[in-house]
Amino acid sequence: MPGPRQPSAVSVGAGASASELLQAGAWPEQPWWRVPADLWWRSLPLRVVASVFGASVLVLVLGGFLLMQQATTGVMEGKSETVRNEARQAVDDAQTQLNSAAVTGEVNVDERLYELANRFVVRNGGTERFEVVLLSRGQTITAGDVDPASVPSGLATQVEQSNDLLVTSTEVRYRDGEPPVAGMVAGATLTVPASGRYQIYLIFPLTQEVATLKVLRNAVITTGVMVVILLTFIAALVARQVVTPVRAARQAAESLASGNLHDRMQVRGSDDLARLATSMNYMATELEKQIGTLEDLSAVQQRFVSDVSHELRTPLTTVRMAAEVLHDARADFDPIAARSAELLQAELDRFEALLTDLLEISRFDAGAAALALEEVDLRDVVNRVVAAATALADRNNTVISVHAPEPARAQVDSRRIERILRNLLVNAIEHSEGQPIDVLVESDEHAVAIAVRDHGVGFEASQARQVFHRFWRADPARARMVGGTGLGLSIAMEDANLHGGWLTAWGRPGQGAQFRLTLPRTSGTVLETSPLPLVPRDHVLTPPPVADEVPVVAAEPAPLAVSAAAPQTRSTVGAE
Amino acid sequence: MSETTRNTSTRSRVLVVDDDAALAEMLSIVLRNEGYEPIWCAYGDKAVAIFRESRPDLILLDLMLPGRDGVDVCREIRLESGVPIIMLTAKTDTIDVVEGLEAGADDYVSKPFKAKELVARIKTRLRRMPVPEDTELETLQIGDLAISVDGHSVKRQGVPIQLTPLEFDLLLALARRPWQVFSREVLLEQVWGYRHAADTRLVNVHVQRLRSKIERDPEHPEIVVTVRGIGYKAGETVRA
Repeated sequence: MPGPRQPSAVSVGAGASASELLQAGAWPEQPWWRVPADLWWRSLPLRVVASVFGASVLVLVLGGFLLMQQATTGVMEGKSETVRNEARQAVDDAQTQLNSAAVTGEVNVDERLYELANRFVVRNGGTERFEVVLLSRGQTITAGDVDPASVPSGLATQVEQSNDLLVTSTEVRYRDGEPPVAGMVAGATLTVPASGRYQIYLIFPLTQEVATLKVLRNAVITTGVMVVILLTFIAALVARQVVTPVRAARQAAESLASGNLHDRMQVRGSDDLARLATSMNYMATELEKQIGTLEDLSAVQQRFVSDVSHELRTPLTTVRMAAEVLHDARADFDPIAARSAELLQAELDRFEALLTDLLEISRFDAGAAALALEEVDLRDVVNRVVAAATALADRNNTVISVHAPEPARAQVDSRRIERILRNLLVNAIEHSEGQPIDVLVESDEHAVAIAVRDHGVGFEASQARQVFHRFWRADPARARMVGGTGLGLSIAMEDANLHGGWLTAWGRPGQGAQFRLTLPRTSGTVLETSPLPLVPRDHVLTPPPVADEVPVVAAEPAPLAVSAAAPQTRSTVGAE
Repeated sequence: MSETTRNTSTRSRVLVVDDDAALAEMLSIVLRNEGYEPIWCAYGDKAVAIFRESRPDLILLDLMLPGRDGVDVCREIRLESGVPIIMLTAKTDTIDVVEGLEAGADDYVSKPFKAKELVARIKTRLRRMPVPEDTELETLQIGDLAISVDGHSVKRQGVPIQLTPLEFDLLLALARRPWQVFSREVLLEQVWGYRHAADTRLVNVHVQRLRSKIERDPEHPEIVVTVRGIGYKAGETVRA
């Protein structure tokens, strides 16, 4: 029947994985490729600057592109118009000249044309410089250095079929090896009377326009780059202006959180950031005031506890001594007075114990409890407490046996540990109903654990936490036999917490209870596991006889209840 | 005239300095019952004057007093006398107790105490008052100090050193068994008379006080030597 053993294993596993998760969250293992993304999300100025840079580059590229396109279109349209006019005039000129000349014979025509072409080139006095290519039947007459191949073949075909002046753009190539330039070509037909049609092409290199556009493009690019750089710089400046006060606020908040309540932010001007600083400072002042008030309250509380302690203790001393005198003299009294003296004496002991416990609790509440740590072997402490409790155990017909196989050294406040163990033992004796009590001491690398196991009345699994409540009683109808104050387990819990330890309870009605105290070996270490299981080992080894006899359905809930209660208790106690 | 009659009486006189009339009266009843002669003083500022006038054998001193702080009173009395002082304290917090002990109190009892407990403390502090039976002159050597057991005096190279009876007892306990290391618990039992484990701060504070009187350099003690983790022992004897 391994059921009841599971919960402790489960809870340990859960605890470990939870702490691992916590660690992973706090210090993530970062692969190198995540570093830029991390930087991106961590630095606000970087994000602002990068965004502004990206956006301005996009805007300027688009804008520059549009600008250049429009400029090019404008220049080309203007040029195209000029070329058309110029070409028309030149062609008309040539036609007129051809018409007016009295022409007869082939040679004559060719000569005329050659002369015409050369005249165009030489003249060139118009607004535009151009080259001339004349195509007659089978031969090409060229004036200037231009290569006749500059005339696109498509244009030639069109000119051949039409009588209009056609203009198109082309690449102007030169025969003398000069680099080709963009240009325009106008084509038309000349009619020579009696000789037929000739094609004339006027080629206009766009050298100047290209140069102009080039200058414009350079200007656009230079301006764009400078604007981008300046915008980025401005963005950085703005981001810095915004982020610096925010960072200052962050540092101020962190400083406040770490306890420097006097730290304040500098307030400059009256903008939003100045208001942020003002608000931060206001918050700090209020915080300081509140904490100051709480500290004062705490100090007042401690003083009050100390004063009450003195004020109550002095009359109690008198009463106590008077009771002792009466008690010592009771032999001389009549039976009623003698019994009264005895009761007075006995109840004064209880009263004193209660007062001591109350003062101890209020000291814990005031946060005035301090540890006096020393390294001790807990077995010695256990043996001492058990020896002191033997008399009480004898009176209750109970035997206490200690199982402490090996040394269990730890840094503890032995006075407090003694008090915890005394409380646990007295509690166990009170509820043992004459059954033996076992005290187990075990240790591992990080922790030591002491368990007090009784086989008495026990308690409901759901009460595992309530037993530590102040003045809590398992059964209100049950009278206290030993006469504890009802604060013993609460104080034990406070003492355990002060050590950074755990105090957990396990119980089943009729099967007894086990209280387990776990303490870190070195003070300040965070406990993760306990060397002893929460559920008593003997509970696992000898299951209650009831479980075998009751139908399966009824037997099931028991282990379930254990598994539900155990981690719950553990986590709450351990977390405190 | 009362001075002489008191001196001749064998009853030890106990000065009770406490502002609580009921407690003082109850203490008086218990003390008288045990064969002591109680004297009561309710005010801190009058305590020293009454002490000078009555020359008690022991003082029970409350720490919280009207007029003047008990620790203050203790300090002033200690300046002029080694009379045993037992503090009655309602405060068990470390600082209060240590402050009282450092002011020179020999022992303390926490309220509420039992009459028997208090009487036991008083008896321990007064037990050496009767003259010892064997009048044999006993002298012990510890460090460079010579202790005259019967004369209750300690001398360094002939120069006497003033110690309170408690400090003398403490030194004597160590000097009688120079080979033994005394744990604080053992010293509490031998010097203070505690049968159960008690507050070891008593030992720590009084060892410090003793050292400040007898050591040449209290920072590097040579007479009362600390044995780490165990307790104290007497230093090596030096023949002057």
